[in-house]
Amino acid sequence: MSTRKAPTGTSRPTTYREALREGLREALLQDERVFLMGEDVGRYGGCFGVSLGLLEEFGPDRIRDTPLSESGFVGAGIGAALGGMRPVVEIMTVNFSLLALDQILNNAATLLHMSGGQLSVPVVIRMTTGAGRQLGAQHSHSLEGWYAHIPGIRVLAPATVDDARHMLAAALADPDPVLLFEHGSLYNAEGSLDATVDAVDLDTAAVRRPGTDVSVITYGGSLPKAMAAAETLAGEGISAEVVDLRTLRPLDDATVMASVGRTHRAVIVDEAWRSGSLAAEISSRITEQAFYELDAPVQRVCSAEVPIPYARQLEEAALPQPATIVDAVRRAVS
Amino acid sequence: MADFTMPSLGADMDEGTLVEWLVGPGDTVTKGDVVAVVETAKSTIEVECFDSGTVGALLVDPGTTVPVGTRMAVINTETEPPAAVPAPATPSAKQPTAPASELQAVPGRTTTGGGDTVSTPLVRHLAERKGIDLSSVHGSGKGGRITRSDVEHAPADGPHRVKASPLARRMAQSSGIDLSALRGTGQGGTIRADDVRAATAGPPARTVESHAQARPSSATAEPAYPARAAIAALMSRANREIPHYYLSTKIDLAAAMAWMRDRNADRPVAERLVPAALLLKSVALAARQVPELNGYWKDEAFVPSHTVRLGVAVSLRGGGLVAPALTDADTMPLPELMATLKGLVSRARGGRLRASETADPTLTVTNLGDQGVETVFGVIYPPQVALVGLGRVIEQPVAVNGMLTVHPTVTATLSADHRASDGATGARFLTSIDRLLQRPEEL
Repeated sequence: MSTRKAPTGTSRPTTYREALREGLREALLQDERVFLMGEDVGRYGGCFGVSLGLLEEFGPDRIRDTPLSESGFVGAGIGAALGGMRPVVEIMTVNFSLLALDQILNNAATLLHMSGGQLSVPVVIRMTTGAGRQLGAQHSHSLEGWYAHIPGIRVLAPATVDDARHMLAAALADPDPVLLFEHGSLYNAEGSLDATVDAVDLDTAAVRRPGTDVSVITYGGSLPKAMAAAETLAGEGISAEVVDLRTLRPLDDATVMASVGRTHRAVIVDEAWRSGSLAAEISSRITEQAFYELDAPVQRVCSAEVPIPYARQLEEAALPQPATIVDAVRRAVS
Repeated sequence: MADFTMPSLGADMDEGTLVEWLVGPGDTVTKGDVVAVVETAKSTIEVECFDSGTVGALLVDPGTTVPVGTRMAVINTETEPPAAVPAPATPSAKQPTAPASELQAVPGRTTTGGGDTVSTPLVRHLAERKGIDLSSVHGSGKGGRITRSDVEHAPADGPHRVKASPLARRMAQSSGIDLSALRGTGQGGTIRADDVRAATAGPPARTVESHAQARPSSATAEPAYPARAAIAALMSRANREIPHYYLSTKIDLAAAMAWMRDRNADRPVAERLVPAALLLKSVALAARQVPELNGYWKDEAFVPSHTVRLGVAVSLRGGGLVAPALTDADTMPLPELMATLKGLVSRARGGRLRASETADPTLTVTNLGDQGVETVFGVIYPPQVALVGLGRVIEQPVAVNGMLTVHPTVTATLSADHRASDGATGARFLTSIDRLLQRPEEL
């Protein structure tokens, strides 16, 4: 759900990367306590160019380059948050975030509980996830589902330019740790930013395309693939409803169940590995909450359970693609 | 050489759909073996073979609907050389001497069957008797074949389970449709919502291509599902063609109930009688004493039947009813009648009646006693000429020898075809039932 004000302009084209930068810039301008830190975020402009130009505008106190020490600088971010700041910590890729997992899980996610409600940790941790850019196994995995397993944190996955633009503000307003997963293949994606939207609601999933025959449930980098698949299916007379989860923890069960209640079939698209995945969690919830609405077994489209390959053809073969989503939908409705 | 043909499983049946072959070419069958499952408008029925021999060619594929009398398979009777069998994979050398009850002697089913459960007819029989779904049994025999011992050691899982999606199951329940009467179009024959919709709404299941079109939203009256439609057609015909007359009498059951209590007292629960057994037996005997009501109205004339096949109306849980026949109900001893009745009702409700059990009854009884009503006036099942209605056994004040006392009583009614008989005949019949029930020890 988006809150809207009276239209002051129309939509304008932008990229996912620019939308993220605008969000960061706005946060830095509006609240002095906000600062950005991470590897190469300053002079280099961020390894994906998100923070390009921010050092020049806000200075080294607020745009801080850090050494290659994920556990150290994520820990520093948690400390700064405890000290009253509003840090935005950037980790290059989700693969490297595992070095900081101890800080995220054992400190950020648990301190509120361990302190009996006295210490909240308003830290925002941004990182890149996903494959599709030939960056090899070290830079290509989708581990956001692992983080969605952890109670005490919120996990966001913006898939559209609107969400990329506005999720950061909402994340900073959250008194608890928020992890923001930006899919690497989306940075260059162009979209039209809706000028009438000035905030997003982190609690609800979004129906990106209404349909009547099957619910395609997805998030992040898989959303464009799901939309492409839905387009193909529409040509075959199959009406697919595409649900963008947006928030991976806590999951918005109500929107998913309402969609399944309308279509009676579900296909989950998740770039992570299938076993023990978020797709498995969603499938379970559908079985628990909407079993009697189902007219076919829930289908899942996930990545091959291998380290993501470097070679283009192999990488493409390992990932969910519009064609594999179309196949899964056909299985569900056949 | 003998033909196995599509049987007529009811007066109103003119075609049937082969659901499944339970035998394959080369299998040895004996008379009475269940060889095929056939679906009629009313229910799914296991059809028995009337010849003994070796199964030759199967001429009809499952899923095909054929008229009654169509040749469906060739049975090579035992005297003929096995060479007549079209390409049986297993030689059946032991066949002439080996009794079919010896599993080892039954030639294995060949791959031509195509089923995923490899089993022999005998194993299927056994599984059916125990109420076991063979697809859930692990086969320990050669090539995964299910052996007799596998079935004997398998836990009974109750009546056959229909494969349907949760949504289809819910929709069927809310609209009172019997899922076992539907054909699934989903993967592996799974019944989907569309199949249920097709059964309720009439139009055929929509194909994938037509999915985008809007679903029918107007709340029009729902046409009947197949079983309901069959009952509707038959009953309309009955009320249109048959001039009914109705009689009713109250029968004192004091003697019958007392005798039954005495008899049941020292017997285990499984061998005890219920009032319905006594009532059915007396109706069957009365039908023999008044043969004018036991038979059919055919070609403007009454054709009496020499045997009494008592149709017992069984209401199905999913809605609708069937009336399988208690063959020789008049000569069958009471304990046997009781056991047969129990089996008949449970098989009818499980949708697994046999062909011989649906063979046209000569007189039908509808017993609504367990539903709590006192009196039921039924509609005759054409081409029969009479229907007996039995109500609940209730305690009522009755005058006996000038004294008022309370006795268990039942109201028996007769709906009869006025073309075939008159009220006096009907009265004689109801009186016979009453008289028989006063001497329960002779039943």
